[in-house]
Amino acid sequence: MNFDPRFSGRKFTSVGTRPIRPDGVDKVTGRARYGADFNMAGQLVGRVLRSPHAHAKIRKIDTSKAEKLPGVKAVITAADLPDLTDGDAAMYDVLDNCMARGKALYDGHAVAAVAAVDARTARQALKLIEVDYELLPHVTDVDEAMKHSAPLINDAIFTEGLEEKPVKPSNVTKRSQFGHGDVHQGFGHADFIVERSFKTEQTHQGYIEPHACVASVSSDGTADLWVCTQGHFVYRQHCAQLLGMEASKLRVTSSEIGGGFGGKTHVWAEPVALALSRKAGRPVKLVMTRDEVFRASGPTSATSVDVRIGARKDGTITAAEATLRYSCGPYAGSWAEIGAMTAFACYRLDNVKTVGYEVLVNRPKTAAYRAPSAPMAAFAVESAVDELAKEVGMDPVEFRIRNAAQEGTRSSYGPVYGPIGIGPTLEAAKSHPHMKAPLGKNQGRGMACGFWFNFGGQTCTDLNIGMDGSVSLAVGTVDVGGSRASLSLVAAEELGIAYEQVKAIVADTSSLGYNDMTDGSRGTFSSSMATISAARNAIKILRERAAQMWDISVDDVVWENGHAIAKGEKHGNLGRLSLKEIAVASGKTGGPIAGHSELVADGAGVSFATHICDIEVDPETGATRVLRYTVVQDAGKAVHPTYVEGQYQGGAAQGIGWALNEEYIYGKDGRLQNPGFLDYRIPVCSDLPMIDTQILEIPNPNHPYGVRGVGETSIVPPLAAIANAVSNAAGVRMTHIPMSPPRILAAIEAKRAG
Amino acid sequence: MAGVAVSTTINGDHVEYLCQPDETLLDVLRDRLGLTGAKEGCGTGDCGACSIILDDRLVCSCLVLGAEAEGRRVETIEGMAHGDKLHPLQQKFLEHAALQCGICTPGFLIAAKDLLAKNPDPTEEEIRFGLAGNLCRCTGYDKIVRAVQDAASVMKGA
Ligand code: FES
Ligand code: FES
Repeated sequence: MNFDPRFSGRKFTSVGTRPIRPDGVDKVTGRARYGADFNMAGQLVGRVLRSPHAHAKIRKIDTSKAEKLPGVKAVITAADLPDLTDGDAAMYDVLDNCMARGKALYDGHAVAAVAAVDARTARQALKLIEVDYELLPHVTDVDEAMKHSAPLINDAIFTEGLEEKPVKPSNVTKRSQFGHGDVHQGFGHADFIVERSFKTEQTHQGYIEPHACVASVSSDGTADLWVCTQGHFVYRQHCAQLLGMEASKLRVTSSEIGGGFGGKTHVWAEPVALALSRKAGRPVKLVMTRDEVFRASGPTSATSVDVRIGARKDGTITAAEATLRYSCGPYAGSWAEIGAMTAFACYRLDNVKTVGYEVLVNRPKTAAYRAPSAPMAAFAVESAVDELAKEVGMDPVEFRIRNAAQEGTRSSYGPVYGPIGIGPTLEAAKSHPHMKAPLGKNQGRGMACGFWFNFGGQTCTDLNIGMDGSVSLAVGTVDVGGSRASLSLVAAEELGIAYEQVKAIVADTSSLGYNDMTDGSRGTFSSSMATISAARNAIKILRERAAQMWDISVDDVVWENGHAIAKGEKHGNLGRLSLKEIAVASGKTGGPIAGHSELVADGAGVSFATHICDIEVDPETGATRVLRYTVVQDAGKAVHPTYVEGQYQGGAAQGIGWALNEEYIYGKDGRLQNPGFLDYRIPVCSDLPMIDTQILEIPNPNHPYGVRGVGETSIVPPLAAIANAVSNAAGVRMTHIPMSPPRILAAIEAKRAG
Repeated sequence: MAGVAVSTTINGDHVEYLCQPDETLLDVLRDRLGLTGAKEGCGTGDCGACSIILDDRLVCSCLVLGAEAEGRRVETIEGMAHGDKLHPLQQKFLEHAALQCGICTPGFLIAAKDLLAKNPDPTEEEIRFGLAGNLCRCTGYDKIVRAVQDAASVMKGA
């Protein structure tokens, strides 16, 4: 297949319009089916028993009393999920996280599960399971965990990435390093140097829909799984591997998904539900409670970051350096590595060095959260950049413009940039009316930039043309926020037909080839590329059929505006054939017409954003109010601008929550103290102003329409933008996220005390 | 435990069911009656995804017992449209793209309907405080507020 993915600069008819989404009516009438909205005949209720301890050896689990309770159909422990990972260390961690094997590693770690006829019986059964724990010392703080004296979480961990293999195990699983030039020399040329340490606390993605699934394993070894997930093909792969099944025998259907933000890219309950169903011989529905969602799923890393940046008097940065420590939960991860890659990605630097440390702690396994790892690094770097601009005596926007990366710049993490949007977003922010809005007493303005790679990946799409000329589009990337609408627009654009003529669905794992997760902002980027390719393949067939109908050579047929047209004077009398006319005749010209596409979507264009916000700080209480907020971001090409705006606004709102309120609070006993929406407070409607958005379109050269991913970058700048605004309003540099009222008050009082 | 027999009105229809004394109205709606439009986001009254109207009062159905619906009037998202004609709030939520994942949407629509019934011409501030009991993690609320403003002006004109 000769698919040319390069940007072609065409004029758009459908792309860029704002129609109503195809799944909309079901969602406003309550008809749409999410994870917990599905049931099967004879279904049991599954519940999971979780460790109340942060770190404990499991000496023995006695399930006999629970098994005898009438109505209980299956009880499982790790023994029912034997290790089939065959040396795959990452999968072993996934298995261990699904069900503790010998040791409970955090408060909330699953240790056993039951399936019973109803929820009450299942709850009772959990109480009858006796677990004999031997408590072990625990550590939940990332800096504490790095100390030599810290309790060891896994004594088989020897830090990777050091020049010499360490002689002793530690909680640091890996060191990674990025950069170029010579920072030592660079700092030697600096007239001003800012050096600071920053901390951010752990947050949760906070999707409103808890994890939910229904698993049904048959005695013939086939199984069905209905689940809310960002990637049903990946879930199939993982579940099949953990349960010793062939992937093709497990059919996974993705439900409508009630938010994921990276948190629904990992299996937790699904292998457990399948194991329960296998043992009970009946379908099992497993739905997490909110408490379980907080204690056992999700969270992002807590971090501790040191930054040092130097600049000359003229405002040129001469060297930049950062050390980043990210918590991973009790299993190895690459979170600090990603943070170290993104930290200085916005800037054009001759001398830059970043070092990341992955740190084990007794907290839930860290999961991706929207541009994972980037917001914390940006918080530290963009706070220091602001301070440095002040030292140099330059406006913070001007200072950033002076140092911004450009096309041809070698990025701090290695690759050389193509056309990018950091400069344009800064220029747009500079001339945005927000910058001139008046500020009152105790109010401050802050701005910051952010970067995200964006991903592409494996994608498979089918486009089937019905006998009546309507088009079904089957994609394998889960729709997390309107992608069925944008992909229908793309199919309509390429075929030259009306948006309403296309119906997009998310196909199950048995109906379509493998697709990677909807993560890395890849959904619309990669599936639109596959849709364009599939549509072009269909057009080829449509042209052949038209040629057959006219009895002329296919070389004389072109496709324009949804019609086959015979070109050349000798065919002047042939008129044109619509897609519908060709489809209606297809039974006589060779049968069904379809276009398929299987590809690896390469060339996801990097994305940049600049945010501006105004905050008011009450100096008596430390309370804050967000007065104005503006997002400027490059979308490459906004396929459905309303949903692009929605992504910008949603990311900003999550960032605001992270910056000001949200944090996991652990007690001395290592237990999570706020596993609920009352004490883990995400922003509500009355906490926020309208969030202004400006979409820039700097085409991605590696996509036919110029599309870049848009979903993630919007959460990168807010922590820093808000910290800069609060620091300006309160007159004191804030270095610890979230900036909750007590932290702000303490900073103000410390400053007053001098 | 013996079941409780309940006779009530849901979306204008007379409904009878048996439920456990400790069973929430949300569980009854979802698990016994197949009305899964109300969602459980927390089960503790903090997210509003389970919002319904009980005798003209906006409540979290996760905090109401199924047995308490006896002799009352229950309104859920499934009763909001008239046949195939959407309520103006539903229509405006679609037009403004006031939903991304949509899990919070039934709760917001019910809460907004209650808000406009009590205050047909709310200011932005009144909308924001009126809907502060409903969590949305996707939208940042901007488009939700605009959809409610737009629906309010359409409904006033009607
Ligand atoms: S489920 Fe009732 S308020 Fe959250
Ligand atoms: S649209 Fe997803 S929570 Fe509101």
